Amino acid sequence: MQAEIAVLRFGLGARPGDLAAAAQEPRAWLLSQVRGPVPLAVNSLLAPSDQIYAGLLAARDERQKIKQASTAESPDAKVAFNAVREAYQPHYRAQVLARAQSAALTNRPFAERLVHFWSNHFAVSADKGVVFGLAGTLENEAIRPHVAGRFVDLLTAVEQHPAMIAFLDNQYSVGADSVAARSASRFRGAQSGQPKRQFGINENLAREILELHTLGVNGGYSQTDVTSFAQIITGWSIGGGKGRLADGVPGRFHFRDNLHEPGPKVFLGKTYTEQGQRQGEAVLADLARRPETANFIATKLVRHFIADDPPPAAVDRVARAFLKSGGDLPQVYAALVESPESWGAEARKFKTPEDFVFSTLRALNVSPAQPEEVIRTFDLLGQRQYTPGSPAGWPDTSKSWDGSDALMHRVLWASRVGAKYESGVEPTDLAAATLGGYARPETLTALRRASSSGQAVALLLMSPEFQRR
Amino acid sequence: MPRPLQMNSSRRRFLIGAGALAATATIPNALFAYTGASSRLVVVILRGALDGLAAVPPYGDPDYASLHRELAIAAPGGPDGALALNNIFGLHPSLRFLHERFGAGELVVFDAVASPYRDRSHFDGQNVLENGLTKPIGTADGWLNRALAALPRGGGRPGDRAVAISQNVPLILRGEAPVISKSPQTTPDVDEDLLTRLADLYSKDDWFSARLSEAVQTEKMVDGTADSNAMSKEAAQAAYPNRIGAVARMASELMRSDGGPEIAVIEASGWDTHANQGGSKGILATRLAGLDQGLKSLADGLGPLWPHTAVLVVTEFGRTAAVNGTRGTDHGTGGCAFLMGGAVRGGQVIADWPGLKRTALLDNRDLKPTLDLRSVFKAVLDEHMHVDANTLAKRVFPDSSGARPLQGLIRA
Repeated sequence: MQAEIAVLRFGLGARPGDLAAAAQEPRAWLLSQVRGPVPLAVNSLLAPSDQIYAGLLAARDERQKIKQASTAESPDAKVAFNAVREAYQPHYRAQVLARAQSAALTNRPFAERLVHFWSNHFAVSADKGVVFGLAGTLENEAIRPHVAGRFVDLLTAVEQHPAMIAFLDNQYSVGADSVAARSASRFRGAQSGQPKRQFGINENLAREILELHTLGVNGGYSQTDVTSFAQIITGWSIGGGKGRLADGVPGRFHFRDNLHEPGPKVFLGKTYTEQGQRQGEAVLADLARRPETANFIATKLVRHFIADDPPPAAVDRVARAFLKSGGDLPQVYAALVESPESWGAEARKFKTPEDFVFSTLRALNVSPAQPEEVIRTFDLLGQRQYTPGSPAGWPDTSKSWDGSDALMHRVLWASRVGAKYESGVEPTDLAAATLGGYARPETLTALRRASSSGQAVALLLMSPEFQRR
Repeated sequence: MPRPLQMNSSRRRFLIGAGALAATATIPNALFAYTGASSRLVVVILRGALDGLAAVPPYGDPDYASLHRELAIAAPGGPDGALALNNIFGLHPSLRFLHERFGAGELVVFDAVASPYRDRSHFDGQNVLENGLTKPIGTADGWLNRALAALPRGGGRPGDRAVAISQNVPLILRGEAPVISKSPQTTPDVDEDLLTRLADLYSKDDWFSARLSEAVQTEKMVDGTADSNAMSKEAAQAAYPNRIGAVARMASELMRSDGGPEIAVIEASGWDTHANQGGSKGILATRLAGLDQGLKSLADGLGPLWPHTAVLVVTEFGRTAAVNGTRGTDHGTGGCAFLMGGAVRGGQVIADWPGLKRTALLDNRDLKPTLDLRSVFKAVLDEHMHVDANTLAKRVFPDSSGARPLQGLIRA
């Protein structure tokens, strides 16, 4: 069953031929995939984040003009609101389509799954307006280049990506003693009666980096550390904006020195004396080396690949590889793949909707042509792409996905997929190519007895062995 | 059945109104479905930490305006002022329905309230809110499920007694006692033959078997109620993910169906207002108006069940007393909660108010909690759902001896 485990549990499910390709050396088949960057497996003309963001700024200006020319309740205001949405929508749709196509077609499904894993670890959510068109760019620009690199580079690329900075509101977080805050208070002194704007930090990004991206919630930091780290990364912003914030390349990471809280700062007991942007980078570098981080990442990886309750021996092995290699991710993945717990025959992970859809595309050897198909599918199954709703990402345990209503939605989708099934491949052959040794005799019997090949496909997709990995 | 007389009178009231209801295509079967006065409970979880100082502005506190600044809600009377509750507290101007219910004696407002959780992680905070313990880990089930297992037996099949209005079951309802889930998205036209064959295919797999039979049962319940087509269209049009209106309607339809659930859980996200939160208008004001409308839909939808209903609205924690650097608020501690419904002895604000002076704040930043949310939960489960006190103290909320149930929240 080793080939099946490699392809189904570690990959994204079997395309025809995958099980054979992995059969010789399942471990080598996996590890050969995690070398170098992992670009999308399809040639999609996706706009880069800076261009998308510049489009958003232009749409906002447009909206402002319309707003000023009309009353708040007028239909024009609605048009203006939609203008921003429309600036983003084509990008979101293109990103979602490219993601599904890549999952359907890639020859490096283990690497692609790891892209999804990290994208969810460093989650941004497209239901926040400013993130809507940018969510996929974080995955494509910050994660794909570093997924098989060093954790510190991945971490830094993510925290300096405009989608993350915008999602967790660091853009305009201002040090109370920064140049901008001081000059504003002088200005206020001269003109009393001006409405005061409070200058200060926003601790959202700092807190979530510690809690969700590195140390984990029990990682030993205090509220003081959160506040201090938020001071340290004041100025981590996005180029382009209005008035005095117009500097920097629009839509690219931009360090705004005038918003940065100057001076040395103490974080987790250590004094950081670096200047400006370097101070935050030094903290990230230290965070990436800490045992709490190693343990947190290892726990999440093992939970994702092996079981909801991660076996401690495997967590320990992966965490040690993380620490020993200084966060060299291919070595971390190798420790995971070499853990005996990874190869238990029992499939213990219930597929998320994403797993279910991507493995279906691969099983049927099809790739979606239109974004609507993908968007409707994930709406139906309750996992709208890039929209976990929270910075913690989508939950990675069965209990979060195993509601009876969720199951009914899967049945509905599987029956629709079955009804469109036109391939001449016999469903029992499809089961063999898709599930190998996991196909149970009673499932094969049910497929043979099905009233149509479409119904057989629906039964295959909804069989317990297809629903788990 | 504590109130047979009132039950009859509300039933009669419903029968009189039935013609009008039928004309607007509401649930004809519910006419026959409403058979008892057993209590109904809806728990609404606001994920992301609602700013209690915006939802329930303490306009009478001398430090409120200077701390909450441009996010503060003005005293009642002005155009964008708070809706008065008493001479200290008001409601956000978006919460018009809640205010109306307060006036009608059907809303209790809690302030300076929090779960036992004292750190500031959303996810751990939500775990504590839902697992009923003092710490985020330690059990995989939720307090409402443990309470469900201890409900006095009534009508209805086991498993039909509680529903999560979503595709999946949130922690608060997970556990040994069977529950169902149902999202407002309908699942039309699933072929009967396919379902039969799947049941056969799942016969050796207990987990899949159980889920499928729950799902089929729930579908039947829904078929027995609403105009499914109208429903699905509406759900499809509802804004994602803030679709609390559709969710509330689904809850009320299921609860009114024949043998429908007595308990429902609804979730709404989008309360994590770190930037540009707004005051009487703006992002949070819009969200609150959506919540207010959703709660009105729930009340309207429950109709004849409303006199027997309590709706509990809670969030994982409050937010900072002071505005942050981006016209928002960061994660805090003490916040607000609501208990509303025809069964509720309302018109009261329950708050042992610690004040907003710097020295009174927790860690120099947050409203200090003076009331444990579990005191509210216990009171509702005891007085309203008749779960016995011993079970509440030992099984539903272990380690909660410090959180004594409040008294007098439910009408006798």
